[in-house]
Amino acid sequence: MAEAKTFIGKAAVLEGLPEHPAVKAILAWKPEALMDAKFDRGELTLTIAREEIRAAAATVQAAGYNFFEDVTAVDWFPSSPRFQLSYHILSHAFKERIRLRVMLDGEAPAVDSITPIWPGANFYEREVFDLFGILFDGHPNLRRILMPDDWQGHPLRKDYPVEGYR
Amino acid sequence: MIDTIGTPIFQAPVAEGAHDQHMILNLGPQHPSMHGVLRLEVEIDGEIVVRLYPEIGYLHTGIEKTCEAKFYHQVVPLTDRVNYLDPLSNNLCYCLAVEKLLDLEIPQKAQWLRVLLAELSRLNSHLIWLGTHAMDIGALTVFLYTFREREEILRIFEGLSGQRMMTSYIRIGGLALEPPLDFLDRVQGFIKTLPEKIDEYSNLLTGNPIFKNRLKGVGYLSAADAVALGVTGPILRASGVDSDLRRDMPYSGYENFQFQVPTSTDGDCWARYEVRLIEMRESVKIIQQALDGMPEGPFKADAPKIVLPDREKMKTQMEALIHHFKIVTEGFAVPAGEVYQGIEAGHGQTGYYVVSDGTAKPYRVHMRYPSFATLQALETMCKGRMLADVVAVVGSIDIVLGEIDR
Repeated sequence: MAEAKTFIGKAAVLEGLPEHPAVKAILAWKPEALMDAKFDRGELTLTIAREEIRAAAATVQAAGYNFFEDVTAVDWFPSSPRFQLSYHILSHAFKERIRLRVMLDGEAPAVDSITPIWPGANFYEREVFDLFGILFDGHPNLRRILMPDDWQGHPLRKDYPVEGYR
Repeated sequence: MIDTIGTPIFQAPVAEGAHDQHMILNLGPQHPSMHGVLRLEVEIDGEIVVRLYPEIGYLHTGIEKTCEAKFYHQVVPLTDRVNYLDPLSNNLCYCLAVEKLLDLEIPQKAQWLRVLLAELSRLNSHLIWLGTHAMDIGALTVFLYTFREREEILRIFEGLSGQRMMTSYIRIGGLALEPPLDFLDRVQGFIKTLPEKIDEYSNLLTGNPIFKNRLKGVGYLSAADAVALGVTGPILRASGVDSDLRRDMPYSGYENFQFQVPTSTDGDCWARYEVRLIEMRESVKIIQQALDGMPEGPFKADAPKIVLPDREKMKTQMEALIHHFKIVTEGFAVPAGEVYQGIEAGHGQTGYYVVSDGTAKPYRVHMRYPSFATLQALETMCKGRMLADVVAVVGSIDIVLGEIDR
């Protein structure tokens, strides 16, 4: 791993890390699905087009990134695109982690669920739905998980006050 | 075959004639074997579990939201309260993530002490698991013994930080205080006797036919299912996947320690029991190495704008006083970026995803805790087994509801 180096932007990553297994797999599958890339602080981030995330997840899974760790969102309110989804995927073989990123608009954010690929994403996507209000198409049970079922609003959005509505 | 966790049982439409023989049972949230406030909806056919649906969220306090309103250094005490049985691992994971953002060099002594404390914390977590697990099965004695040893760990923590459980001892840039003079001797005294104590637990349980029959072959999870469902830690290793972040992606100087990663291919509750017992012995070895090779030097990084100054300096030097005042009142800015730090905590892989926008407060802190993912595997482990096995399985996966609900 090139720990100390930093590559910002798709062109820089493609030039700096042409041999990286995840980068290679994505390029071999569909180069136009890769919107942006970044290698910063020893972590590789690949930004994937919104429609392609499920296929991209299957691609990196086939490339050896076998273990889904985590998906969460970041709310960049009020800038646009508003939501960022970060998928963290670990490879037991390469002993390395990559981050897939998807950017979503603030109006009715929705993305394909990756639960069909990693069943372990089930609770994590429910949590993101619960706390951010992002819909996951194809999820088997998209219900609130932490908040009560009749709760109004999505608490981790930036326009939701920290102390709640009183 | 993995079950995708579908709709909750109470709300599911009943198929024509399908559930005539079935009963729906609510286990928890206030049930002594549920290790907190976990509710399980179990559909049973006689004594056989047909479906199982975990309902969580009773302890949700919005810690991730609270983090966004605090300075970076104020988040440390919040992390204690997430997994209250393994507090120092949480501190460590968060601090490592922020230090990665800050690109901060940690002195060797602090790293060694952090490893030592993380392993003590792991022992603490495993001791509670062993005691409560055995108690669920009906062997009450072990609980009293493990809590005797845990008490000594808590006393060591108290001497170190003034707190028994919510230590907040690992801070961004190093440690909170210089350890007391008798600290290393106390730890040495504790781990010298611990292997005998582990033998004692093993004598009580390993040969015990009731304990064995309740665990052998119960709660089977295959390696493929464990990976697919995101299960980590001792449960993953008991299913035959050789993965341990301490060895595979070392942090905080773990690459300098020699230890074995126990695995088993049985994938049942008994394998989890055996793997954790060996892990405890390995933790003792790591602590011994940390004690033997404890380096000299400072216990926090030389970064006056990030790390609080010594009390003595603060009272005698103008600059230190100014730094102290600034850190406490306005925090410190952290360069913009995003990092993910994973560590191997007692229950499995803990991960902190910290996003900074360049200000003194974290823009987003996400906590990945192992029990949350492990709970998804519960139905796969319990399906087709007896109802009483659910209690054994819940005990063997060692869940903490604080880290599930956050």
